[in-house]
Amino acid sequence: MNTDNTAWGLIFGAWLVASVSTLGALFFGEVMQLPTCALCWYQRIFMFPLVLILPIGLFPLDRKVVRYALPLAVLGWPFAVFHVLLVAGVIPEEIRPCTQGVPCSEKVIEWFGFVTIPLLAVVAFSAIIALLVLALIRSPK
Amino acid sequence: MMQKALLFIVAAAGLALLFVLGTLAYKSEKVDESAQLAESNRARLVRMHSPTLGKDDAPVVIVEFLDPACGTCREFYPLVKAMMAANPDRIRLVLRYAPFHDGSDKVVAALAAARKQGKFWPALEALLASQDAWSPNHRPQIALALKQLEGLGLNLEQLRADMAAPGIAAMIAQDLEDAQALNVTKTPEFFVNGKPLPTFGYEPLKKLVDDAVAATRR
Repeated sequence: MNTDNTAWGLIFGAWLVASVSTLGALFFGEVMQLPTCALCWYQRIFMFPLVLILPIGLFPLDRKVVRYALPLAVLGWPFAVFHVLLVAGVIPEEIRPCTQGVPCSEKVIEWFGFVTIPLLAVVAFSAIIALLVLALIRSPK
Repeated sequence: MMQKALLFIVAAAGLALLFVLGTLAYKSEKVDESAQLAESNRARLVRMHSPTLGKDDAPVVIVEFLDPACGTCREFYPLVKAMMAANPDRIRLVLRYAPFHDGSDKVVAALAAARKQGKFWPALEALLASQDAWSPNHRPQIALALKQLEGLGLNLEQLRADMAAPGIAAMIAQDLEDAQALNVTKTPEFFVNGKPLPTFGYEPLKKLVDDAVAATRR
Protein backbone atom coordinates (compact mmCIF):
# COMPACT_ATOMS: atom_id res chain seq x y z
CA MET A 1 0.00 0.00 0.00
CA ASN A 2 2.84 2.36 0.89
CA THR A 3 4.65 1.89 -2.42
CA ASP A 4 1.27 2.39 -4.06
CA ASN A 5 0.95 5.76 -2.40
CA THR A 6 4.46 6.75 -3.45
CA ALA A 7 3.84 5.74 -7.06
CA TRP A 8 0.53 7.58 -7.09
CA GLY A 9 2.18 10.72 -5.77
CA LEU A 10 4.97 10.56 -8.34
CA ILE A 11 2.59 10.09 -11.27
CA PHE A 12 0.36 12.82 -9.88
CA GLY A 13 3.42 15.09 -9.70
CA ALA A 14 4.25 14.33 -13.33
CA TRP A 15 0.66 15.17 -14.27
CA LEU A 16 0.91 18.49 -12.41
CA VAL A 17 4.07 19.41 -14.32
CA ALA A 18 2.48 18.42 -17.65
CA SER A 19 -0.68 20.38 -16.88
CA VAL A 20 1.18 23.53 -15.87
CA SER A 21 3.31 23.24 -19.04
CA THR A 22 0.27 22.71 -21.23
CA LEU A 23 -1.68 25.61 -19.77
CA GLY A 24 1.46 27.73 -19.93
CA ALA A 25 1.97 26.91 -23.61
CA LEU A 26 -1.67 27.69 -24.33
CA PHE A 27 -1.35 30.96 -22.43
CA PHE A 28 1.71 32.01 -24.42
CA GLY A 29 0.13 30.99 -27.71
CA GLU A 30 -3.57 31.73 -27.39
CA VAL A 31 -3.74 34.50 -24.81
CA MET A 32 -0.49 36.40 -25.33
CA GLN A 33 -0.59 35.41 -29.01
CA LEU A 34 3.13 34.78 -29.12
CA PRO A 35 4.14 33.06 -32.36
CA THR A 36 4.43 29.28 -32.12
CA CYS A 37 7.38 28.00 -34.15
CA ALA A 38 7.71 24.53 -35.63
CA LEU A 39 9.89 23.16 -32.81
CA CYS A 40 7.38 24.43 -30.23
CA TRP A 41 4.68 22.42 -31.98
CA TYR A 42 6.70 19.20 -31.75
CA GLN A 43 7.23 19.78 -28.04
CA ARG A 44 3.51 20.40 -27.64
CA ILE A 45 2.75 17.12 -29.41
CA PHE A 46 4.69 15.24 -26.75
CA MET A 47 3.52 17.31 -23.77
CA PHE A 48 -0.24 17.75 -24.25
CA PRO A 49 -1.24 14.04 -24.33
CA LEU A 50 0.39 13.50 -20.92
CA VAL A 51 -2.30 15.68 -19.35
CA LEU A 52 -4.88 13.08 -20.38
CA ILE A 53 -2.90 9.83 -20.22
CA LEU A 54 -1.46 10.22 -16.72
CA PRO A 55 -4.76 10.72 -14.83
CA ILE A 56 -6.14 7.59 -16.49
CA GLY A 57 -3.38 5.71 -14.65
CA LEU A 58 -4.23 7.47 -11.39
CA PHE A 59 -7.85 6.35 -11.07
CA PRO A 60 -7.48 3.58 -10.19
CA LEU A 61 -3.69 3.45 -9.85
CA ASP A 62 -2.21 1.57 -12.80
CA ARG A 63 1.58 1.75 -12.87
CA LYS A 64 1.58 0.57 -16.44
CA VAL A 65 0.68 4.14 -17.38
CA VAL A 66 4.38 4.91 -17.02
CA ARG A 67 5.06 2.57 -19.94
CA TYR A 68 2.73 4.61 -22.11
CA ALA A 69 3.63 8.07 -20.88
CA LEU A 70 7.41 7.80 -20.59
CA PRO A 71 8.09 7.44 -24.36
CA LEU A 72 6.27 10.71 -24.98
CA ALA A 73 8.34 12.56 -22.42
CA VAL A 74 11.57 10.90 -23.58
CA LEU A 75 10.90 11.93 -27.18
CA GLY A 76 9.86 15.45 -26.24
CA TRP A 77 13.01 16.07 -24.23
CA PRO A 78 15.52 16.12 -27.15
CA PHE A 79 13.27 18.54 -29.06
CA ALA A 80 13.35 20.93 -26.13
CA VAL A 81 17.11 20.54 -25.68
CA PHE A 82 17.68 21.10 -29.40
CA HIS A 83 15.55 24.22 -29.17
CA VAL A 84 17.51 25.60 -26.22
CA LEU A 85 20.80 25.01 -28.07
CA LEU A 86 19.36 26.73 -31.12
CA VAL A 87 18.29 29.79 -29.14
CA ALA A 88 21.66 29.86 -27.38
CA GLY A 89 23.36 29.82 -30.76
CA VAL A 90 25.26 26.59 -30.05
CA ILE A 91 23.63 24.99 -33.10
CA PRO A 92 24.25 27.06 -36.22
CA GLU A 93 21.45 28.64 -38.25
CA GLU A 94 21.76 26.32 -41.26
CA ILE A 95 20.40 23.19 -39.70
CA ARG A 96 17.43 24.73 -38.02
CA PRO A 97 14.29 23.01 -39.30
CA CYS A 98 12.10 26.08 -39.69
CA THR A 99 13.25 28.50 -42.33
CA GLN A 100 9.81 29.83 -43.19
CA GLY A 101 7.28 31.29 -40.83
CA VAL A 102 8.43 31.93 -37.30
CA PRO A 103 12.14 31.51 -36.73
CA CYS A 104 12.72 29.11 -33.84
CA SER A 105 15.86 30.92 -32.77
CA GLU A 106 13.87 34.00 -31.87
CA LYS A 107 13.62 34.69 -28.15
CA VAL A 108 10.09 35.84 -27.46
CA ILE A 109 10.45 35.74 -23.69
CA GLU A 110 13.48 36.09 -21.47
CA TRP A 111 12.87 36.23 -17.73
CA PHE A 112 15.70 37.05 -15.31
CA GLY A 113 18.01 37.17 -18.27
CA PHE A 114 18.12 33.42 -18.92
CA VAL A 115 14.68 31.79 -18.62
CA THR A 116 13.27 31.20 -22.10
CA ILE A 117 10.23 29.15 -23.11
CA PRO A 118 12.34 26.24 -24.48
CA LEU A 119 14.31 26.19 -21.23
CA LEU A 120 11.03 25.84 -19.32
CA ALA A 121 10.18 22.95 -21.64
CA VAL A 122 13.50 21.20 -20.92
CA VAL A 123 12.91 21.58 -17.19
CA ALA A 124 9.35 20.26 -17.51
CA PHE A 125 10.27 17.25 -19.66
CA SER A 126 13.21 16.44 -17.35
CA ALA A 127 10.98 16.62 -14.27
CA ILE A 128 8.33 14.41 -15.86
CA ILE A 129 10.94 11.84 -16.92
CA ALA A 130 12.49 11.83 -13.45
CA LEU A 131 9.14 11.42 -11.70
CA LEU A 132 7.97 8.65 -14.02
CA VAL A 133 11.28 6.75 -13.81
CA LEU A 134 11.10 6.98 -10.02
CA ALA A 135 7.56 5.62 -10.15
CA LEU A 136 8.85 2.75 -12.27
CA ILE A 137 11.77 1.97 -9.94
CA ARG A 138 9.60 2.12 -6.83
CA SER A 139 7.18 -0.40 -8.27
CA PRO A 140 7.24 -3.88 -6.80
CA LYS A 141 8.66 -6.31 -9.30
CA MET B 1 -9.01 6.79 -2.81
CA MET B 2 -11.56 9.51 -2.09
CA GLN B 3 -8.85 11.80 -0.79
CA LYS B 4 -6.77 11.31 -3.91
CA ALA B 5 -9.73 12.03 -6.14
CA LEU B 6 -10.40 15.18 -4.15
CA LEU B 7 -6.75 16.23 -4.42
CA PHE B 8 -6.83 15.69 -8.17
CA ILE B 9 -10.06 17.61 -8.68
CA VAL B 10 -8.88 20.51 -6.53
CA ALA B 11 -5.57 20.65 -8.42
CA ALA B 12 -7.26 20.51 -11.82
CA ALA B 13 -9.85 23.12 -10.87
CA GLY B 14 -7.15 25.31 -9.34
CA LEU B 15 -5.04 25.22 -12.50
CA ALA B 16 -8.05 25.93 -14.70
CA LEU B 17 -9.08 28.84 -12.46
CA LEU B 18 -5.54 30.23 -12.53
CA PHE B 19 -5.57 30.04 -16.32
CA VAL B 20 -8.90 31.85 -16.60
CA LEU B 21 -7.92 34.55 -14.10
CA GLY B 22 -4.57 35.00 -15.82
CA THR B 23 -6.30 35.35 -19.17
CA LEU B 24 -8.75 37.94 -17.86
CA ALA B 25 -5.99 39.92 -16.17
CA TYR B 26 -3.80 39.84 -19.27
CA LYS B 27 -6.65 40.86 -21.57
CA SER B 28 -7.77 43.80 -19.49
CA GLU B 29 -4.18 45.00 -19.19
CA LYS B 30 -3.80 44.66 -22.96
CA VAL B 31 -6.98 46.64 -23.69
CA ASP B 32 -5.81 49.46 -21.40
CA GLU B 33 -2.44 49.39 -23.09
CA SER B 34 -3.76 49.62 -26.66
CA ALA B 35 -6.30 52.29 -25.66
CA GLN B 36 -3.44 54.30 -24.17
CA LEU B 37 -1.33 53.71 -27.24
CA ALA B 38 -4.10 55.00 -29.48
CA GLU B 39 -4.66 57.94 -27.14
CA SER B 40 -1.03 59.00 -27.15
CA ASN B 41 -0.75 58.47 -30.91
CA ARG B 42 -3.93 60.24 -31.95
CA ALA B 43 -2.16 62.15 -34.70
CA ARG B 44 -1.18 58.85 -36.26
CA LEU B 45 -4.77 57.62 -36.66
CA VAL B 46 -5.79 59.90 -39.50
CA ARG B 47 -3.52 61.41 -42.13
CA MET B 48 -4.32 64.04 -44.70
CA HIS B 49 -3.61 61.55 -47.47
CA SER B 50 -6.04 58.90 -46.22
CA PRO B 51 -9.05 58.07 -48.40
CA THR B 52 -12.31 58.69 -46.58
CA LEU B 53 -15.93 57.77 -47.14
CA GLY B 54 -18.90 59.58 -45.63
CA LYS B 55 -19.52 63.14 -44.52
CA ASP B 56 -16.47 65.09 -43.37
CA ASP B 57 -18.22 66.30 -40.22
CA ALA B 58 -19.72 62.93 -39.29
CA PRO B 59 -19.46 62.54 -35.50
CA VAL B 60 -18.27 58.92 -35.58
CA VAL B 61 -14.98 58.17 -37.31
CA ILE B 62 -14.00 54.59 -38.05
CA VAL B 63 -10.33 54.23 -38.90
CA GLU B 64 -9.65 50.95 -40.65
CA PHE B 65 -6.20 49.56 -41.38
CA LEU B 66 -6.74 47.49 -44.50
CA ASP B 67 -4.77 45.20 -46.76
CA PRO B 68 -6.47 44.70 -50.14
CA ALA B 69 -5.10 41.14 -50.19
CA CYS B 70 -6.56 40.23 -46.79
CA GLY B 71 -9.58 37.97 -46.87
CA THR B 72 -10.98 39.15 -43.56
CA CYS B 73 -10.78 42.75 -44.83
CA ARG B 74 -12.92 41.65 -47.76
CA GLU B 75 -15.45 40.09 -45.37
CA PHE B 76 -15.61 43.19 -43.19
CA TYR B 77 -15.92 45.72 -46.00
CA PRO B 78 -19.67 45.19 -46.69
CA LEU B 79 -20.33 44.95 -42.94
CA VAL B 80 -18.80 48.38 -42.37
CA LYS B 81 -20.69 49.76 -45.35
CA ALA B 82 -23.93 48.36 -43.86
CA MET B 83 -23.19 50.11 -40.55
CA MET B 84 -22.68 53.37 -42.45
CA ALA B 85 -25.90 52.86 -44.40
CA ALA B 86 -27.80 52.19 -41.17
CA ASN B 87 -26.55 55.47 -39.70
CA PRO B 88 -26.57 57.91 -42.61
CA ASP B 89 -24.35 60.99 -42.23
CA ARG B 90 -23.16 59.85 -38.81
CA ILE B 91 -20.19 57.67 -39.74
CA ARG B 92 -17.06 58.50 -41.65
CA LEU B 93 -14.69 55.74 -42.73
CA VAL B 94 -10.99 56.53 -42.97
CA LEU B 95 -8.87 53.91 -44.69
CA ARG B 96 -5.26 53.33 -43.81
CA TYR B 97 -3.04 51.07 -45.86
CA ALA B 98 -1.51 48.07 -44.14
CA PRO B 99 -0.09 46.00 -46.99
CA PHE B 100 1.19 43.15 -44.80
CA HIS B 101 1.05 40.56 -47.60
CA ASP B 102 4.19 40.32 -49.70
CA GLY B 103 3.52 42.27 -52.90
CA SER B 104 0.43 43.95 -51.51
CA ASP B 105 2.22 47.31 -51.45
CA LYS B 106 2.16 47.40 -55.25
CA VAL B 107 -1.58 46.81 -55.23
CA VAL B 108 -1.98 49.61 -52.70
CA ALA B 109 0.07 51.84 -55.00
CA ALA B 110 -2.38 51.00 -57.80
CA LEU B 111 -5.27 51.99 -55.52
CA ALA B 112 -3.59 55.26 -54.63
CA ALA B 113 -3.01 55.91 -58.32
CA ALA B 114 -6.67 55.13 -59.07
CA ARG B 115 -7.56 57.69 -56.43
CA LYS B 116 -5.83 60.36 -58.50
CA GLN B 117 -8.38 59.60 -61.18
CA GLY B 118 -11.21 59.77 -58.67
CA LYS B 119 -11.86 56.06 -58.77
CA PHE B 120 -10.47 54.85 -55.45
CA TRP B 121 -13.63 53.25 -54.06
CA PRO B 122 -14.71 51.49 -57.27
CA ALA B 123 -11.14 50.22 -57.66
CA LEU B 124 -11.04 48.97 -54.06
CA GLU B 125 -14.40 47.26 -54.43
CA ALA B 126 -13.34 45.63 -57.69
CA LEU B 127 -10.13 44.36 -56.11
CA LEU B 128 -11.83 43.04 -52.98
CA ALA B 129 -14.45 41.26 -55.06
CA SER B 130 -11.85 39.61 -57.28
CA GLN B 131 -9.28 38.95 -54.55
CA ASP B 132 -8.89 35.24 -55.30
CA ALA B 133 -8.22 35.99 -58.96
CA TRP B 134 -5.27 38.34 -58.40
CA SER B 135 -3.98 36.95 -55.13
CA PRO B 136 -3.81 33.18 -55.69
CA ASN B 137 -2.65 31.37 -52.56
CA HIS B 138 -2.41 34.72 -50.76
CA ARG B 139 0.35 35.91 -53.08
CA PRO B 140 -0.73 39.25 -54.52
CA GLN B 141 0.33 39.73 -58.12
CA ILE B 142 0.15 43.26 -59.39
CA ALA B 143 -0.19 42.26 -63.06
CA LEU B 144 -3.30 40.23 -62.26
CA ALA B 145 -4.63 42.98 -60.00
CA LEU B 146 -4.33 45.59 -62.76
CA LYS B 147 -6.39 43.33 -64.99
CA GLN B 148 -9.26 43.57 -62.51
CA LEU B 149 -9.19 47.35 -62.85
CA GLU B 150 -10.01 47.24 -66.53
CA GLY B 151 -13.55 48.32 -67.28
CA LEU B 152 -13.68 50.92 -64.53
CA GLY B 153 -12.94 53.68 -67.00
CA LEU B 154 -9.45 54.21 -65.63
CA ASN B 155 -6.60 55.46 -67.76
CA LEU B 156 -4.38 52.48 -67.03
CA GLU B 157 -1.31 53.93 -68.71
CA GLN B 158 -1.55 57.00 -66.49
CA LEU B 159 -2.23 54.73 -63.51
CA ARG B 160 0.96 52.74 -64.09
CA ALA B 161 2.96 55.94 -64.30
CA ASP B 162 1.38 57.32 -61.11
CA MET B 163 2.05 54.08 -59.22
CA ALA B 164 5.77 54.74 -59.44
CA ALA B 165 5.51 58.30 -58.11
CA PRO B 166 7.69 58.80 -55.01
CA GLY B 167 4.79 60.38 -53.15
CA ILE B 168 2.91 57.11 -53.16
CA ALA B 169 5.80 55.09 -51.75
CA ALA B 170 6.26 57.70 -49.02
CA MET B 171 2.56 57.53 -48.19
CA ILE B 172 2.62 53.74 -47.86
CA ALA B 173 5.73 53.96 -45.70
CA GLN B 174 3.97 56.52 -43.48
CA ASP B 175 0.91 54.29 -43.08
CA LEU B 176 3.07 51.30 -42.21
CA GLU B 177 5.00 53.39 -39.69
CA ASP B 178 1.73 54.54 -38.10
CA ALA B 179 0.48 50.95 -38.01
CA GLN B 180 3.60 49.92 -36.16
CA ALA B 181 3.31 52.80 -33.69
CA LEU B 182 -0.31 51.86 -33.00
CA ASN B 183 0.67 48.18 -32.67
CA VAL B 184 -1.47 47.18 -35.63
CA THR B 185 -0.10 43.77 -36.57
CA LYS B 186 -3.14 42.18 -38.20
CA THR B 187 -5.71 43.39 -40.69
CA PRO B 188 -8.32 44.62 -40.58
CA GLU B 189 -7.80 46.68 -37.43
CA PHE B 190 -10.40 49.23 -36.42
CA PHE B 191 -10.39 52.34 -34.27
CA VAL B 192 -13.75 53.94 -33.55
CA ASN B 193 -13.37 57.57 -32.50
CA GLY B 194 -9.83 56.72 -31.48
CA LYS B 195 -10.78 53.63 -29.48
CA PRO B 196 -9.37 50.22 -30.45
CA LEU B 197 -11.52 47.08 -30.43
CA PRO B 198 -11.37 45.29 -27.05
CA THR B 199 -11.26 41.98 -28.95
CA PHE B 200 -11.33 41.38 -32.68
CA GLY B 201 -14.65 40.48 -34.24
CA TYR B 202 -17.79 41.83 -35.87
CA GLU B 203 -19.79 42.02 -32.64
CA PRO B 204 -17.18 44.08 -30.73
CA LEU B 205 -16.89 46.45 -33.72
CA LYS B 206 -20.65 46.79 -34.01
CA LYS B 207 -20.97 47.49 -30.31
CA LEU B 208 -18.23 50.13 -30.37
CA VAL B 209 -19.84 51.83 -33.37
CA ASP B 210 -23.37 51.62 -31.93
CA ASP B 211 -22.18 53.07 -28.62
CA ALA B 212 -20.40 55.91 -30.41
CA VAL B 213 -23.46 56.66 -32.54
CA ALA B 214 -25.72 56.53 -29.46
CA ALA B 215 -23.40 58.96 -27.67
CA THR B 216 -23.81 61.53 -30.46
CA ARG B 217 -27.59 61.30 -30.23
CA ARG B 218 -27.69 62.16 -26.57
